Amino acid sequence: MQNIPLLLLISILLYYILSQAPGGPLAPYLQNPHITPADIERLKHNFGLDQPLPIRYARWLGHILTGDLGYSNSNSETVVQAILERMPATFELMGASFVLSLIVGVAAGIFSAIRPYTPFDYIVTSFAFFGQSMPVFWFALMMQLAFAVYGFTGFGVHVALPSASICYTDECPLWDRLEHLVLPTITLSLLYIAQWSRFMRSSMLEVVKTDYMRTARAKGLASTLVVMKHGFRNALIPLVTIIALSLPGIFAGAIVTETIFAWPGMGRLFFNALGQQDFSLLMGYLMFVSFLVVFFNLLADVVYAWLDPRVKYS
Amino acid sequence: MAATIPVMPAPGVRDDDDVAISRNVTIKRFRKHKLALIGAVVIVLIVLAAVFAPLLHLQDPNAIDNVHWNGTPLAPGQFGHILGIDENGRDLLSRLVYGAQISLTVAVFAVVMELAIGIFIGAISGYYGGWVDFWLMRLTDVFLSIPLLPLLLMLTAIVAASSNKAALNFSVIVAIIGGLSWPATARLVRASFLQLREREFTEAARAIGNRDGRIIFRHLLPNAVAPIIVQGTLEVANVIILESTLSFLGFGIQPPTASWGNMLANAQANLTLAPWAAIFPGLAIFVTVLSINYLGDGLRDALDPNMK
Repeated sequence: MQNIPLLLLISILLYYILSQAPGGPLAPYLQNPHITPADIERLKHNFGLDQPLPIRYARWLGHILTGDLGYSNSNSETVVQAILERMPATFELMGASFVLSLIVGVAAGIFSAIRPYTPFDYIVTSFAFFGQSMPVFWFALMMQLAFAVYGFTGFGVHVALPSASICYTDECPLWDRLEHLVLPTITLSLLYIAQWSRFMRSSMLEVVKTDYMRTARAKGLASTLVVMKHGFRNALIPLVTIIALSLPGIFAGAIVTETIFAWPGMGRLFFNALGQQDFSLLMGYLMFVSFLVVFFNLLADVVYAWLDPRVKYS
Repeated sequence: MAATIPVMPAPGVRDDDDVAISRNVTIKRFRKHKLALIGAVVIVLIVLAAVFAPLLHLQDPNAIDNVHWNGTPLAPGQFGHILGIDENGRDLLSRLVYGAQISLTVAVFAVVMELAIGIFIGAISGYYGGWVDFWLMRLTDVFLSIPLLPLLLMLTAIVAASSNKAALNFSVIVAIIGGLSWPATARLVRASFLQLREREFTEAARAIGNRDGRIIFRHLLPNAVAPIIVQGTLEVANVIILESTLSFLGFGIQPPTASWGNMLANAQANLTLAPWAAIFPGLAIFVTVLSINYLGDGLRDALDPNMK
């Protein structure tokens, strides 16, 4: 169980960085002409800001453990409230991207591995390079340009996808919500379709060479059955680790994607807080996201051991 | 890998010939990788354009063409502006070329810094093992668990709040990116060192009384250099994307200095008006990063075919 100390170390590092922010939590008061330096001193004393850093950290940690991440000045609500309000939108986007990346990435990787060096394989491997080299924000702009600004004109109709935002009221039909999800989901998925298809391809190429695959074929099983039942399942196992490792990047990608598509999620909340210098929110977001990353890495280890009985954790 | 027996040259045989042969094989393998060759050529062209920008007779990248600019961006190919004019009346091609200078130098300096830190931590960790290794690896875990982009954004926001956004100059961006993106390199170097320190030549170097520093840098590091070169190359591509993302979001290189990222900062607002202003800078990033990724892939195949 290294995860608790890991989270502690993360919180120490983040707290130290936060303590370097100018003005500290009292920054909004410093600009107020009605507040005298004496008031500031009194506030500092009341909030315990005149205490040494380790003591402030210990108190802050105590608050975190009771689920209190502080107050977000730019949103006029607590950090926990602000994050929880935006969480469904972010998870909707990330969930849709995860499903899309998994289906497309795994399928493309498997098919290019069982027919290596065919035109399809070249298309998949080239696409993987293209996707890995594409800056997310530019891809987002190009998607908006192609599908929202220009759209599709033909057969007497003009179809354009919405470029921004999300509709959450009950009046919005499901179709409308799905329509809003299309461009952000594709944008966020591109990198992971690329990475996971590339990984699945090499993982499957390894599996195809193994003895049990040869045995399965030698005893006369149909080749699709061999690929699907014996190969696919084993090639899929290491992907669990890769998915867990992708998680910090998906959160980073969500910041860019949500900002460009005006998606009301945690990523845009974070970006808006940057401009407002709302450091307690930035801090709360980073702590929350790091916690999720550590948690999902732990989960990935457990799932891995469950999928692959050869792996034993002491 | 740990089980492989190191191939040692027979006593008395000069191993210069072996080195020469393996170098030829390396070059041959690299030349087989057509896309890596194309990538290398593209990168050389872009670097040459960036280095010799003053000789290309471009307009001043920050000069406003008051004669032809009427407040809106101009389409490519008019009045001698090959790629058009941006929303502030500046020549797009010239900003693209001068932007290459910034984006590439930020990437190279940040990667040098990140490799220096990563090699140092990875080497110490892998060579000494024990509790030094344990704590250094926990430190890398910390940096690998915090998503990099938000962490960078928070640091740049702190720097910006401490004085103003103009404080986010070249060296600050390099220091922040280079100072935070070393964990992957550290892990890579550590993995090589864990194997290398068990090899006989290491034992021999220790037996004749070399100091640890000399063993690490003169005996082990040269043997771990192939994966580091590959990693460094691919990291240049990653850092170009990272820096352009920061600059796009307004927390990287600050205008009026052109970088490929901040050229796109207003692209979304002008997307219907001036799609070309959104297309070209991003295309420059994409082509450069793609070329570097192919180059890195070719180097990986050439230097170490077992690595994948």
